Amino acid sequence: MIDLLTALRSPLPWYVGGPLIGLTVPLLLWLGNKGFGISANLRHACAILLPDAIKPGFFRYDWRKERWNLMFAGGLILGGIVAGALLANPEPTRLSAAGAQSVQELGVQLRPGLVPAELTDLSNPGVWLLLAVSGLLVGFGTRYGGGCTSGHAITGLSTLQVPSLIATVSFFVGGILSANVLLPLFMAVMA
Amino acid sequence: MTSTPRIPGVHSEPAATRTVTGLLVYLLAGLYFGVVLVKSEAASWYRIQEMFRFESFHMFGLIGSAVLTGMVATLLLRRSGLNSRDGQTIRVTDKEKGWRRYVFGGLTFGVGWGLAGVCPGPIFTLLGAGIWPMLLVLAFALLGTYLYGTFKDRLPH
Repeated sequence: MIDLLTALRSPLPWYVGGPLIGLTVPLLLWLGNKGFGISANLRHACAILLPDAIKPGFFRYDWRKERWNLMFAGGLILGGIVAGALLANPEPTRLSAAGAQSVQELGVQLRPGLVPAELTDLSNPGVWLLLAVSGLLVGFGTRYGGGCTSGHAITGLSTLQVPSLIATVSFFVGGILSANVLLPLFMAVMA
Repeated sequence: MTSTPRIPGVHSEPAATRTVTGLLVYLLAGLYFGVVLVKSEAASWYRIQEMFRFESFHMFGLIGSAVLTGMVATLLLRRSGLNSRDGQTIRVTDKEKGWRRYVFGGLTFGVGWGLAGVCPGPIFTLLGAGIWPMLLVLAFALLGTYLYGTFKDRLPH
């Protein structure tokens, strides 16, 4: 029993986790010809929440036909409860030596958990700014680019779509710039 | 789906029940994916930082093997002649042609991803894991989506 619990709490190596992620694409196709993607839920949520009087045309469509996607997002929350709260890894993420050093240089301690305490400490106004800017860019960019990591990098690439290759390369260019240049600036100001 | 004749006594489920059970499988699929996101550490801020600094193979192996598996499994599914659960031919919707929106939108999303280390999937999963500040990320992601919907006609696509 103890061994089973230890196993359930341990992280998966990439060569197990990666294929399990990839299988989501054919799974959703088989379940109902659904294209695997998550960011579209942000659009559906806007379509549901915005009052008719001020709703831009982009949000005027029958979101009820996309309920499956909202259910999928609900499942993601449940997955977080099961794996992230009940079966949380008691060890810190096992980063490479270089990764651990970079994180430390950012002023973040490597502790157990998925997101460091330094980035979720809402008593720091800088954290509010960081999370807000990040969220804003994620919401705007995913709709502008027509998808996120799941829709383009996983689904689009595995179904050989050129637009998804362009999008994925752009995700990485933006992410590299942001993690190496912008985030250190943010962290320096926040400290 | 409507072309299947309903045989009394065999297909006796009321339509409303079928809709609910039909939708429930997506909740389970999401649960599966959420667990994988946490267990593979794709939802870890630390791993995302390590990836964008090219300091470990983990995330690249994860994304690479996910794409390869998705590619092979989707190909096999389509070649197998198997229909979807509701009897339709399996089809993949092609993404719109073009490059501008993918470059500009992609860069914008990428910068956001690198800052707090979360893409849309982990926003939901991390909330489930009890990381409440993700509510702020979610609220601003909705605002960003709204802003795109408002200004989309003025942006190059």
